[in-house]
Amino acid sequence: MRRGSFAIMNESGAGALSPQLQRLADGFRSGDPLALARCITRVENQAAGFEDLLHALHDGVGRARRTGLTGPPGAGKSTLTAVVARQLRDRGETVGIVAVDPSSPFTGGALLGDRVRMDDLATEPGIFIRSMASRGSHGGLATTTREAADLMDAFGFDHVLLETVGVGQSELEVATNADSTVVVLVPESGDGIQAMKAGLMEVADLFVVNKADRPGADRLKKEIEVVQAIRAGSPMAAAPAHHGVDLSALSGHDLDPARGHVADSADSLPSIPDWEAPVLKCVASAGEGISELVDRLDAHFSWLEETGMLGAQRQLAALEHTRRVLERAVQRQAATVWKDWIGDGGRTGAFEGSPYEIARRLAGLVGRRPGK
Amino acid sequence: MVERKIRVLVAKPGLDGHDRGAKVIAASLRDAGMEVIYTGLHQTPEKIAATALQEDVDVVALSILSGAHMTLFPRVLDLLRENGMDDVLITGGGIIPQEDVETLQALGIGRLFGPGTATGDAAKYIREWFVENRADAEA
Repeated sequence: MRRGSFAIMNESGAGALSPQLQRLADGFRSGDPLALARCITRVENQAAGFEDLLHALHDGVGRARRTGLTGPPGAGKSTLTAVVARQLRDRGETVGIVAVDPSSPFTGGALLGDRVRMDDLATEPGIFIRSMASRGSHGGLATTTREAADLMDAFGFDHVLLETVGVGQSELEVATNADSTVVVLVPESGDGIQAMKAGLMEVADLFVVNKADRPGADRLKKEIEVVQAIRAGSPMAAAPAHHGVDLSALSGHDLDPARGHVADSADSLPSIPDWEAPVLKCVASAGEGISELVDRLDAHFSWLEETGMLGAQRQLAALEHTRRVLERAVQRQAATVWKDWIGDGGRTGAFEGSPYEIARRLAGLVGRRPGK
Repeated sequence: MVERKIRVLVAKPGLDGHDRGAKVIAASLRDAGMEVIYTGLHQTPEKIAATALQEDVDVVALSILSGAHMTLFPRVLDLLRENGMDDVLITGGGIIPQEDVETLQALGIGRLFGPGTATGDAAKYIREWFVENRADAEA
């Protein structure tokens, strides 16, 4: 059984779908929400054939606007996500939400409670909420969160909102997987703001000071603005770094000139107007400040489109994702090679050779072993 | 393949505010390694069914202390079936007389746990159900 399942996994190229997955894909394309839910489950479990399924549905990806919401635990991300979704829905747009909560590193279990704050959206047609456990991933999202978002995108939602686990300073994966990233803070976050200068603060396209009816909101807003101004005034501001991603990484790649804006000689193009991340005060639980937040998100997306940043960001994200899929495939194959070498009973006796020699020999088998 | 996690929706339908039991069960299922979607108080059967679908759960566990179990359990069962989720275990707990338990189980509801249940019992029951009914569904 174990070996059999690995054999299937190793065919994870652009393979044909099993009849069961084909039915699932057909249901997905016909707009069946249960098929969407079950596709996400397949992907989340990395079940046999899940990459074939993603491949088959990939054509529909790229239409949705993706917004990430991140911030420390208790900042009100779920509540904010819910009210933003409600507002988008009220103007006629459909919204998929992926909300990630942490898995226990000890038991592997998780209590996914984001829906408590999204209660009135549960039966709203045009809104689909999926809770995900982080399952050992440390970037603030689960390893398959991007793929779940892709599925929602392909299913036809106008927006996909990605809500991270409560993050500290370095769980920044959301930034590469969203078009716009909202960093949600609360007045009490003020003391930690120095520490946040690097990391979380750098990925924000918008800041929200939530629970702004509490003391200290104005001070925090000002502090963020000061930090932002320092950053804007620094020599780094001249570099078109964005979302914590250095666009210079793209300089060996030729972008489609029709959409692109990154060229080898920057002076041949009109300079891109900078986006200055606004700092908004909200009281999400009362719906205060949400209209302005949604307006600013619209403005940010327009800016992305007008400057061509959208295409560049998404291309970078696709590259990054491709690398991860590759790594995942290699890991899977390495696990198979390892299992073969270990044998069914495990290896209890002494073995010959140094770990380095053995690992090098086994590494030579990775990618060559067809697994059938 | 990543380990197939058991996903459980723990919901508290009805108008009463007694959610301690639901929270205790949610925590014990989490500690048993399951992924528990907790939705809080005052869930309507419609919300429960919509959530079960979007979250693609294996199990729906309802805590009902209001006496409305003979309405709520069958309603949730019907709605899930309407949604094509006829392979989901519906279980739960609360103050439910034995004769009602038997009636509900005849309809297709799973085991129902009363007061005094050891917290591990529900997790054990769910895991056994899962192994028997679901583990191969993903293979």
